[in-house]
Amino acid sequence: MSSSPKAFDTEFIAEVQRESEQNLALCYQCGNCTAGCPVSFAYDYPVNQIMRLVQTGRKQEALSSHAIWLCASCETCTTRCPNDIDVARVMDVLRHMARRENIVSEKAVGAFWKAFLESVEKHGRVFELGLMANYVGKTGRMFTDVDLAPMALRKGKLGLKAHDIKKLAEIRGIFDRYREQK
Amino acid sequence: MNIGVFVCHCGSNIAGTVDTEAVAKAALSFREVVFATDTMYACSEPGQAGIVDAIKTYDLDGVVVASCTPRMHEATFRRTLERAGLNKYMFEMANIREHVSWVGKDMEANTRKASELVHMAVEKLRRNDYLEAGEFEINKRVMVIGGGVAGIQAALDCADGGLEVILVEREPSIGGKMSKLDKTFPTVDCSSCILGPKMVDVAQHPNITLYTLSEVDSVKGFVGNFDVTVRRKAAYVDWDACTGCGECTTKCPSKKTPDRFNEFIGNTTAINIPFPQAIPKKASINADACIKLTKGKCGVCAKVCPTEAIRFDQQDELITERVGAIIAATGYDLFDFTKYGQYGGGRYPDVITSMQYERLLSASGPTEGHIKRPSDGAEPKDIVFIQCVGSRDKSIGRPYCSGFCCMYTAKQTILTKDHMPDSQSYVFYMDIRSPGKNYDEFTRRAMEEYGARYIRGRVSAIQPKNGRYLVKGADTLLGQQVEVEADLVVLAVGAEAAKGSNELAEKLRISYDPYGFFMEGHPKLKPVETNTAGIYLAGSCQGPKDIPSSVAQGDAAAAKVLVLFSKDKLASDPQVSNVKLVRCIGCGKCESVCPFGAIEMVDFRGMPKASVIETVCQGCGVCTAACPQGAIQLRHFTDNQILAEVNTLCL
Amino acid sequence: MSLCYAYYPGCSGLGTSLEYDISTRALCRNLGIELVDIPDWNCCGSTPAHAVDHLLSACLVGRNLGIADDMAEARELDGIITPCPSCLKNLKTTQYRLADPEFHRKVELVVGRPLRADLPIKSVLQVVVEDLGLQALAQLVKAPLAGLKVVPYYGCIMVRPPRIMQFDDPENPMALDNLLTELGAEVLPFPLKTDCCGASLGTTRKDVIAKLSGRILDAAEEAGADAIVTACPLCQMNLDMRQSQINKANHSGHNMPVFYYSQLAGLAAGQGETSTMLDKLCVSPRPLLAALAGHTGEGA
Repeated sequence: MSSSPKAFDTEFIAEVQRESEQNLALCYQCGNCTAGCPVSFAYDYPVNQIMRLVQTGRKQEALSSHAIWLCASCETCTTRCPNDIDVARVMDVLRHMARRENIVSEKAVGAFWKAFLESVEKHGRVFELGLMANYVGKTGRMFTDVDLAPMALRKGKLGLKAHDIKKLAEIRGIFDRYREQK
Repeated sequence: MNIGVFVCHCGSNIAGTVDTEAVAKAALSFREVVFATDTMYACSEPGQAGIVDAIKTYDLDGVVVASCTPRMHEATFRRTLERAGLNKYMFEMANIREHVSWVGKDMEANTRKASELVHMAVEKLRRNDYLEAGEFEINKRVMVIGGGVAGIQAALDCADGGLEVILVEREPSIGGKMSKLDKTFPTVDCSSCILGPKMVDVAQHPNITLYTLSEVDSVKGFVGNFDVTVRRKAAYVDWDACTGCGECTTKCPSKKTPDRFNEFIGNTTAINIPFPQAIPKKASINADACIKLTKGKCGVCAKVCPTEAIRFDQQDELITERVGAIIAATGYDLFDFTKYGQYGGGRYPDVITSMQYERLLSASGPTEGHIKRPSDGAEPKDIVFIQCVGSRDKSIGRPYCSGFCCMYTAKQTILTKDHMPDSQSYVFYMDIRSPGKNYDEFTRRAMEEYGARYIRGRVSAIQPKNGRYLVKGADTLLGQQVEVEADLVVLAVGAEAAKGSNELAEKLRISYDPYGFFMEGHPKLKPVETNTAGIYLAGSCQGPKDIPSSVAQGDAAAAKVLVLFSKDKLASDPQVSNVKLVRCIGCGKCESVCPFGAIEMVDFRGMPKASVIETVCQGCGVCTAACPQGAIQLRHFTDNQILAEVNTLCL
Repeated sequence: MSLCYAYYPGCSGLGTSLEYDISTRALCRNLGIELVDIPDWNCCGSTPAHAVDHLLSACLVGRNLGIADDMAEARELDGIITPCPSCLKNLKTTQYRLADPEFHRKVELVVGRPLRADLPIKSVLQVVVEDLGLQALAQLVKAPLAGLKVVPYYGCIMVRPPRIMQFDDPENPMALDNLLTELGAEVLPFPLKTDCCGASLGTTRKDVIAKLSGRILDAAEEAGADAIVTACPLCQMNLDMRQSQINKANHSGHNMPVFYYSQLAGLAAGQGETSTMLDKLCVSPRPLLAALAGHTGEGA
């Protein structure tokens, strides 16, 4: 991380505010979000510092952080924020922006979400076995959960065929029109 | 009529967005305006001198000043007119600052609007009458509501100044929150040692009548002449007979009565004297817990009382006191921390409030000054203090800083170390607010000499773990999570308006803020006055305050009362309602709508007619709107005057 | 009172949490709650969708809400219900955000149809506890779960964020506690009842799951519980299917069955394996149930 003094990227601040519909000036850096965050131990920046990076317009650091990809969306921060800031939504928005700028600091997480949505687009519903195969293909993580496969198969927990919806065209249409919108 | 118009620049406040010269020029075309000018600061000495000169030079008999709100300077300019020999009611003010220059930036529109407001003022002024203020007698007794340290201070000052004082307190004893504290910051002197003598002074002062276990029931009247009805609640004990010997409390079998004074740590008896230094030191019965009063049996206290003072059939008593001034000193309540579900919401026995901890520290408290966990009586080793519980938290409707928690927490960490040298205190804080004299040095001492570990960050949650508590916080300076295992957690609960304060404010007809704290007359220049004449504020009822500030306000409020009472008579405002007898049909509508009881029905040659008690009327005008005949008119705001203003704008 | 809901099963109900879907349907049938599946429903997009884009997430949900709108035209419905908290949060968040006319217009454009989306949306748990009431449940209990010590685990988003979820106390929910008490189980206080298990990081960051779900398993054991009871497919999967992975990573030896509350309701109602599907659980509850008097012969 560069530590040279930087100017506030006011455009970035405005964009996060607009997309998250949150007033970032409300944050007084009490640290409650960090205190309650279950995944904080795995973050590079704790949540309150992510909020600070946004408050001070440090776009590059915020969008390339690992934290925004590791946030589990558990909503603890949002629930307990004394200023009623929807912190989890800000984390969501930062992920959206990072993806748009092709910055994916947690490759596996990004790949999993991509594979998940591809499965939804293809079948209308998530096909778990296909999703795993796609994810392994994307990441080369051959041994992901192979230890669980025998158990999952024995218990019938892993469907062998996809449950495609009937009107797949509607789903494809949604994805197509969504892409046009963007 | 010769009218003069003065258009104030107010520096750039008005002139920045209003063409004041153009407004003055426009005014010259209004009827009966013989002189008009713009002026830099109309309220300044040269500004006022200019008005006096113009009155004399142009033989003016009415003046309009276009400047700020009348609340700011109406009285100033009225005095200017008086100095120039005019009746002070021949004056009108057009508010072209708050209503024009501060709300719009369009110079042209602003100038037009300002001219129109001046025109309206001129038309009203043309219909003004000479009014003369009357005089009325005042009653030089004062009531102080609330017997905490602020109320005690105010009562003693007034009494020492020779006034007759009635001190009303809701609890059985005076002393308030301060009487529950162990030590006080930043001197760590014993709270009851410094408050106790003052409480005794109250009891012994010949000028003070003390009503405890009493509340204000209703307030009638006006400055100089209030009638306050006080409800003296049944103590079920004849206090004239009770000697405070305490025999009843030792024999009472109802020993599991919730102990209010000790913040519900431990129990007391149904008949009790709240604490050893109570003033008055009289027993009273908690009716909800008393076996005799709930089940009809027992009566042990009556049998053992050496003076036969017990009165199970005692009823509330209403007493009306006539006073000339009232000081509200009703204090505050502590934030109800059960709203914080993440801190257990009251489910964890060893998560307590700072005031409960204060009682644990106090030698006269339920543990005789030994710090013990409420759950098992064990001495705690690791104690976590959490600041800002119910302060600076928008999500629970408490965005304000309570102001004293940082200091009392530092004090509690110091006392903790004094009580238990092997203990360790941790303080989770956001910012340390310690701006008083010797205050910051005190919080530093807690860290530097007493080893309290201060951690900058809020606590997200408290979770029970193996008979202790896991306090999940953050150190935002490190940018890391911090988990501390604690034997006892003390929540620095903030202050909120005292329960029932809104109702009392309604009775006193004073304003209160969105949180229920009473509003001062002006945030800077009238800190202990209210917008209702004759009613003053002291202490935390106006906003959270520490002891020195509460005492200072008690002194200030007393001084204000002594100033008020330095005159024998007060001038009455002539801007009051007035009945035209020929038009009045005696329907009584005005009497029924008057919020001040200022209208009475009288017999006039065999017919009922309304009559205004001029000293009681506050000039609100409700009666004039209610009268179907237009028979009751508010002087200085008659229908004709208001219609003239409307017509000026609309025709 | 006759209740009828549009039912949104969620994708996991077709695979990893089949037993939750089956036992939930059985529970509703027994309670007289009529479930009509949203025909041809699609995946709500779960966490990946809202993490990628809020419009996409709302549109995937929007199609399902639109179908439910059509259902409500045809017959009276009390609302939409789902057993899965993740689906629930997406459904409710979308409905909440559709209140913004500009966003509503965009979503309709992408979904390709007008949306009313005004049916109440609830979890099955909320309907059972609040709308129907626990007395109705009590009447089903034939074989109380006496002696079964459980901790209720709500997961994080069943009650959060409170502004959107509008259900129970976000810090100390009691719905599951009360329900399990009604079934005769001994419900132990569980401080971690709303702590996060690691959610969808299961595949990608096992270290996170090992730590967070491990902590929940540890706490349940410390509390003296025989089993954990959940209402969330993702929580159940992390705690049950991944328990072996967690044990390995943490060098722990947990052998803690993790039930869905609907399975225990079926068990207490004396229902058989076809409704409770206890065999689907990875950590077998059989030894535990065998040890409990009254259930020794059931399904073993």
